[in-house]
Amino acid sequence: MSNRIYIYKRYERFWHWSQALLIITMMITGFEVHGSYLLLGFKKAVQLHTLAAWTLLTLWAFTIFWQFTTGEWRQYLPSLKNVGAMIKYYTIGIFTNSPHPFRKTVVQKHNPLQRLAYLALLAFISPLIWGSGLFYLFYGDWPRFGLDKSLSLETIATLHVLGAYMITAFFFIHVYLTTTGHTVFAHIKAMITGWEEEEHETPKGSKAH
Amino acid sequence: MKFIKHALAAIAALAIITPALASTTPLNPKAAPQLERSTADHSKFKELQQTFTSGPEVTKACLACHNTAGHQVMKSIHWTWEANSPTTGKKLGKKWAANNFCGSIISNETRCTSCHAGYGWKDKDYDFTDQNNVDCLACHDTTGTYKKFGTDAGHPLYADREFEPMEGPPGKKQFKAPDLSKIAQHVGQPGRGNCGACHFNGGGGDAVKHGDLDSSLKNPSRELDVHMAKDGANMVCSDCHTFNAHQPSGSRYAATSKDKHGLDLPKDDHNHATCESCHGFTPHKEAKINNHTNKVACQTCHIPEFARGGIATKTLWDWSTAGKMDANGKPLFIKDDHGHLKYSAAKGDFAYGENVRPEYKWYNGVVHQIAITDKLDGLLDAKGVLELNRVEGSAKDPNARIWPFKVMHGKQPYDTGNNTLVVNHVYGDDDTSLWRNYDYSKSIKAGMEYAGLPYSGQFGFIETRMNWFITHMVAPKEKAVPCQECHTRAADGRLAAITDIYLPGRDTKGWLDLLGGLMIAGAIGGGVLHGGIRIATRRKEKAK
Repeated sequence: MSNRIYIYKRYERFWHWSQALLIITMMITGFEVHGSYLLLGFKKAVQLHTLAAWTLLTLWAFTIFWQFTTGEWRQYLPSLKNVGAMIKYYTIGIFTNSPHPFRKTVVQKHNPLQRLAYLALLAFISPLIWGSGLFYLFYGDWPRFGLDKSLSLETIATLHVLGAYMITAFFFIHVYLTTTGHTVFAHIKAMITGWEEEEHETPKGSKAH
Repeated sequence: MKFIKHALAAIAALAIITPALASTTPLNPKAAPQLERSTADHSKFKELQQTFTSGPEVTKACLACHNTAGHQVMKSIHWTWEANSPTTGKKLGKKWAANNFCGSIISNETRCTSCHAGYGWKDKDYDFTDQNNVDCLACHDTTGTYKKFGTDAGHPLYADREFEPMEGPPGKKQFKAPDLSKIAQHVGQPGRGNCGACHFNGGGGDAVKHGDLDSSLKNPSRELDVHMAKDGANMVCSDCHTFNAHQPSGSRYAATSKDKHGLDLPKDDHNHATCESCHGFTPHKEAKINNHTNKVACQTCHIPEFARGGIATKTLWDWSTAGKMDANGKPLFIKDDHGHLKYSAAKGDFAYGENVRPEYKWYNGVVHQIAITDKLDGLLDAKGVLELNRVEGSAKDPNARIWPFKVMHGKQPYDTGNNTLVVNHVYGDDDTSLWRNYDYSKSIKAGMEYAGLPYSGQFGFIETRMNWFITHMVAPKEKAVPCQECHTRAADGRLAAITDIYLPGRDTKGWLDLLGGLMIAGAIGGGVLHGGIRIATRRKEKAK
């Protein structure tokens, strides 16, 4: 029998999937605005990109409230403990069918490597992209605050695109890592239903956990 | 009692329904005549109920009541054909500014002044102080029948005349003299046709000069000109080019590059010759589009192409080839497939364009207009081309915006000895004019002598460019230039020539896309590699 634990709450799942949709929208429209391809037309791309950005900001406002009221914010506190074990698992253990060194629990749903990755996203990429994005969005108001003397659109746009490339790279790694559960779709299933199924069989050749 | 109640109800119902019905029926102007805006019916004035035999006679009658009008007109550029540039101070106007169309009015007066707001300017000794020579009817005729004849120094025909146009089909044509009395009795505010009689025909014919002004604007479709279309705003020229004491607003020697005043209210200067005068500073619903107005002129997006009315504008005029004769020794005139004159023995080679995409340049309000007396030393570009009216501006200039232009290509005679442009005597029934004798050595010498300008006796031909502001033929908003025609990596993007700004969607840095591409490729490649090894090792595991 497998052990089922309810790990992703309803709001969390709603947050995750709507955020996913918004970020994918912004990646597609954002790179069109950057000139990488022509898909919707520049105007529609800008409009949709802007709408998605404001929607995501609103979603984040609710999510930050949710994180604090539920105490879930602690999930993002970094810890270097067991990072080595995680790296070893992803570079060797996963190929030799070793057991996952980390056990998800309701109070610890991210493995140490995930915590670091999410913290980096939150502390570095997110300020980069939101900061540059808001300056970009309010370009027309620069003269009012005297910013047009010290800022150039080129710098802001370059920083924003740099952030976009980082998020896009993150996105692909993130999607790939969802396949590393005990089955290929186990993590995605959990993010949809909220229920994480734990492995009950001890795989051959590995030590019991 | 019951009957009265019913009747009342029926009447009440009718009262409600009838106005509703009335409002859905289209207004018929004939059935319900509109109130005349004017408070004077000129056909009732005794002073105008007479047979006029000349233009100045009509003017005299006008001025008897409108006793300051003549002096107002005589101060306007329509009369003086002379103006000092408000930015460079240089003396310009038709008398002095060089162009690459017919050249100079000097020595060609009787032909050119068919567009002068006066009568009788037939040589350089014209009296600019005689108010009886002001032409009131050219602007104020409302019948559409008043026409200044092409070769009579601003006069209309006073008797019917047979005439053979130089470049028309061979044979004489009958031209009718307009009925001056009838016209004098039907004067009013100028319409599109009044201004158009000259401004649509600049450069010697319909659509020739401007590109955004031609006879299609007399009654344009909404798509061609949203302001002047009957089903658009049905505006006339003077609604924007407002007149104050007969002085028109708007100037091509110092077009307002960036209106800093905005809406023109009754307390202001009554100059509506900018878009902002009526539309204000933030005319778009979307802030992102309003953000453009600091650097981009309204016309740049809202006039996607010029010469859209089905009449081609001249884009090239090469005077250097003029003078060819056919096998019979007669001057050669060749038409292209569209019926446009592509070669004229009198004028050289032409090229035309319809639905032309403008060229875009920074413009800060300063036009460096070449005068016919200017020394050309140091004014030519690397290819030896002379820009007759360079517009100043750059991205850094706070007064500059990106403006659309028709760039007219020309090749015209100049004095190779003195390095100046020349006065070319093209028109006249004499033995020196170019259009009679096809000999530049005679026509230039005669022109320069007549103008009293120094001439070395040697001439050549110089390539010239002239910038014409594109500011009419404003399309409806749904036909504005789509964003991606500028915001594009494509080499033929509309703003490809404007390189001193960062343009999102067009500009990027090589290192940024390389780095980003490597990051994404690394992420995907890493996943594929890692996944591949997982699949391979899983198989091995199973095989055991």
